[in-house]
This record gives sequence, C-alpha cells and structure tokens, in this order.
Amino acid sequence: MPRNPQLNGNGELQHLLSIEGLPREILVKILDAAESFVGVTERDIKKVPLLRGKSVFNLFFEGSTRTRTTFEIAAKRLSADVINLNVAASSTAKGESLLDTVANLSAMQADIFVVRHGSSGAPFLVARHVKPHEHVINAGDGRHAHPTQGLLDLYTIRHYKKEFGGLVVAIVGDVLHSRVARSLIHGLTTLGVPEVRVIGPQTLIPAGASALGVRVFHSMREGLKDADVVVMLRLQNERMSGALLPSAQEFNKHYGLSLEKLALARPDAIVMHPGPMNRGVEIDSSVADGPHSVILPQVTFGISVRMAVMSMVAGGG
Amino acid sequence: MAALPDAEKLCAQLVRALQGVVGPSTAMVGIHTGGAWVAERLHAALALKFPLGLLDPAFYRDDYAKQGLAKDPKRSKIPFDVEGKDLLLVDDVLYTGRTVRAAMNELFDYGRPASIALVVLAERDGRQLPVCAQHAGARVEVPAGMRLRLRRDAEGRLSLELERAA
Repeated sequence: MPRNPQLNGNGELQHLLSIEGLPREILVKILDAAESFVGVTERDIKKVPLLRGKSVFNLFFEGSTRTRTTFEIAAKRLSADVINLNVAASSTAKGESLLDTVANLSAMQADIFVVRHGSSGAPFLVARHVKPHEHVINAGDGRHAHPTQGLLDLYTIRHYKKEFGGLVVAIVGDVLHSRVARSLIHGLTTLGVPEVRVIGPQTLIPAGASALGVRVFHSMREGLKDADVVVMLRLQNERMSGALLPSAQEFNKHYGLSLEKLALARPDAIVMHPGPMNRGVEIDSSVADGPHSVILPQVTFGISVRMAVMSMVAGGG
Repeated sequence: MAALPDAEKLCAQLVRALQGVVGPSTAMVGIHTGGAWVAERLHAALALKFPLGLLDPAFYRDDYAKQGLAKDPKRSKIPFDVEGKDLLLVDDVLYTGRTVRAAMNELFDYGRPASIALVVLAERDGRQLPVCAQHAGARVEVPAGMRLRLRRDAEGRLSLELERAA
C-alpha cells in the first residue's frame, strides 16, 4: 500500500488533504489541540506566537467567503502572515497551470498553502509537488473532501455530546454532491459513531452510500427518529435546474428541517449546517434560529480547528 | 546519592513561606501539569480570594519549530483579571527556565500584572535563561541524563522521582 501522502515518515500530519485515511489518534489530537485554542480565542488578546514568521497562502480557485475568512483569522491568530490570492481572476485566467502558480508562490517562500479547487484531487496534486518544508491544507476540492469542515463538525459534536460512542447522527439533503458529507462520514466512522444515517431523495444519495458504513433513508420520519445530531446540507440552486429535483418547495416539503420534523429527533438533539443556509429550502428559520441550532458556534469552533490543523502541519505533526 | 525530598513536606513548607507574602491582590497560576497539582494544594491551603488559574504555555514554547506542537496541550484558564495582580506563578521543577519564559509571555497576553513571583516545588541545575525562583521548596542534585519529575498517585499524593531523560 502506498504511504499516506498526508503523513510524514514518523506518522505525523504533514498535509491535511482528507479525513479519509487519517488514523483515529490524529483526529483526536486535532480536536484536543483545537480545544486549547478555543481558550485563546476567548481572551482579549486572541493571538499566540506559534507561526511567527511563517507565510500562509490562501489559494482559492473557487469562491468562498466564510472558509477563506476563517482560515485567514486562524492564521493571523497564530501570528502567521496571510496572503490571499484571487487566483481565479488572475493567473488562471491568464492560462497559468495550477502547479506553475504553486511553484511561483513557493519561490516567494511559502510555508502553508490553503487550497480550494473545483476539481477533486487538486490539493493532492499540489502536495505531491511542494518542497518538504511546505504544507498543504485542503479547503475543499470538487465533490471529494472538505476536511476542516468535517473536523469542525466533529469538534462541535464532541463539544455538545461529549462522546461519540452511542450517538445517532443523521446527515440530510444533497449527499451526492457534498464534500462536507463525505468528510464528516469518514470522521464519524473513524471516531466510532455507531450509527450514521444519510437521508435524502434517491437522486441525491450516492449509489454506493452504504459502502461508507451509513444507513440510507429516503424518509425524514424514519431517518430522524431518535437522532442525537442532525446535519443539514446546503442544497445548491443549480441542482434544481439539473433535473435532480422538481423544485425547492417540493424539496422543503419532504426534506427541509421544520420544527415538526425535528420533534422526531431526540429532545436534546443539536442541528448543524455548514453554511451558507438556504432558509425555507433545506432548513426553516424556526429551526435555524431555534434552541437546537449550533450553526453559529460551528463557525466559531472552525477558527480553533483551523488553528490546530495549521499548527500541527507546520510543526511536523 | 541523597534521597529525594518528600513532595508533601515541600508543599507544607511552601505554604508556610507564602503565608507571609499573600496580600489582597495576590492571585495564583499553576503551570500544567505538575505545577497545577502543586498550585491546587497551595491555593487551597492559602485560601486565596481569586480562583486558581491554570496555564499551558504550549503555544508560546520556543521549541515548537524543532519539536512541533506539544503532545497534549491543555486549555489555559485564567478565571480572574490579571491586570494589577501580584501573581504567584507555580511550577513543579525549575530546570532550563524556558517553560517559565513561555508562561510569562502567555500571562502578559491576559493583562499586565503588578508583579510575578515564581514558586517551585524543587529547583535543579541547568538554567539556560536568567530565571530564578523566589520561593523554592528544595534544591535537588540531578545526575546527568536524568530528569526530575513530579508524580501524583491515585490518592492524590505527590512525590518526586528521577527518570531517564528522553
């Protein structure tokens, strides 16, 4: 078996490319480190000197405000210098290849590349070509993975539920196109969650879903029953025109999370969403703003989780 | 080699020494993990007004570039306003002084204390920085290649022991 490209020779985290294939100990270490960074983010001076003098390049070939911003805040709180590149509008438009862009930035002495790309596997390609002291963090690649989102979801679940054993986690919506769902499923199964469910219409559930170790439901009534955690996925508007769904209203009726449907889950269930939300489509405002929602704490935890990941890769695990 | 001092007796001795210096603005911060154990004892015995603070200066260490992030960083918690306090910073063993340097840097990110005094259960040779303890329970000779560490057993009793340095 080829060596895991994310780990160095000592089994330490060198790049973060996907949750899939990461051992349990590494996931736990990231979550534990994130917890200590939460302490830092609650102080008046929210900065520690760990990455002083390091340069973090945010390479977003695909748009994102929240993810790019939280990576930027995380890097700044670690005292790194952050350079945001609007690559989609510059080099790529001029015809430069991904690897040439990276090679040029490397010549400007980069330490960490945070890469988001519309093509699955792009961060892997970059990781194979960077110098040994450079690190790559996947900020979302195609339909493949979004590991820091998965990790912040795991952190949020652990924060509210304390342990993973005994939990029922339901992931609802467009699982087929969701890199968030894929990353989270791998994380949940690695950390020993006994029951992971995916709920959605046939057209939006990947054919091999049960091979990932999840139970597939097409009905919210069955799938939400006794869930401890409900993760709603974003429904992208383009799916509607793509003939996978009749309409947003139809989707909302069957798979949108309303207070009434949420009542099927456990009384202390938490509701998560990776954002940005389509209110009235996959989630009703009464739920998004209600007492079960932990959607905004997810965003806050995301900063600490990204601080943990950056300080682990840059410090050699 | 002389026997190691009894950690429990050293704690009692430090309590007696500190009773004379504690004032209305005194607050205590223990450094994870051994320093926090000692600080818990001292804090309870001295009945300080402010709750005990705990610090893990992992994010301020100067060996991060060489060693990476510490194995199991704990969350620092300072449940009082550091500004203007006379702080007693507590650790188990004073050796190179680097942990104390890191801890002081972190403390100043919480505020500007009026003063910091260093309290350690034991000190040994090997300082690499101009750091000294204002209150040390004992001075211990540590053979080359060994390190002095504090243990806490299931009943909560503290003891010093020598182990091979990693």
